[in-house]
Amino acid sequence: MGVAETMRGMLETALAPEVLEISDQSAKHKGHAGARPEGETHFNVYIVSPAFDGKSRIERHRMVNKAVAELMDNPVHALAVKAQTPEEAAKG
Amino acid sequence: MSEPEVFSAIRSDIENNDVVLFMKGTPVFPQCGFSNTVVQVLTYLGVPFKGVNVLETDELRHGIKEFSDWPTIPQLYVKGEFVGGCDIIREMFENGELREYLAAKGIEAEPAQQ
Repeated sequence: MGVAETMRGMLETALAPEVLEISDQSAKHKGHAGARPEGETHFNVYIVSPAFDGKSRIERHRMVNKAVAELMDNPVHALAVKAQTPEEAAKG
Repeated sequence: MSEPEVFSAIRSDIENNDVVLFMKGTPVFPQCGFSNTVVQVLTYLGVPFKGVNVLETDELRHGIKEFSDWPTIPQLYVKGEFVGGCDIIREMFENGELREYLAAKGIEAEPAQQ
């Protein structure tokens, strides 16, 4: 299973997201520290979950980071996260 | 269990400087795009800050992650408080929240001279 798919499974289990978009940005970081030739090192994650209700930005990022902790550092070098509640996402 | 020695150096930095950015590289030569983004934001807002290059020692590079319970670099501290990493700072900057936050903390933020 690819890294992105593994990450999706971990986030779905931990946070039951209503929206979950994972995009592989590795090609933009080719040759950069932490990049692997096979890619799947740099990701953007957009996640909408009721689990973020009443949580600060830092708490939300910690929840995401904790959910995917096993992947961090190796193989995932960088994870850009945008985490919203369903209400915030509806406002656009 | 005693805490790692590097924690006291980190604590001293964030207690003695209003705005501290733990980053890869220096404010003049950032060595990572995410660190560079935060440098650009702070520079744009005209916020004086101390850049701490975590690449200088392995103790610091790992220690700061443990200290903040945050797995990535950069990390921004304002008046001893952890504000966030690159995504959070960029989001707060884009919606104007960062300027308000800094003002509320008594940090002078003026747009840089063009």
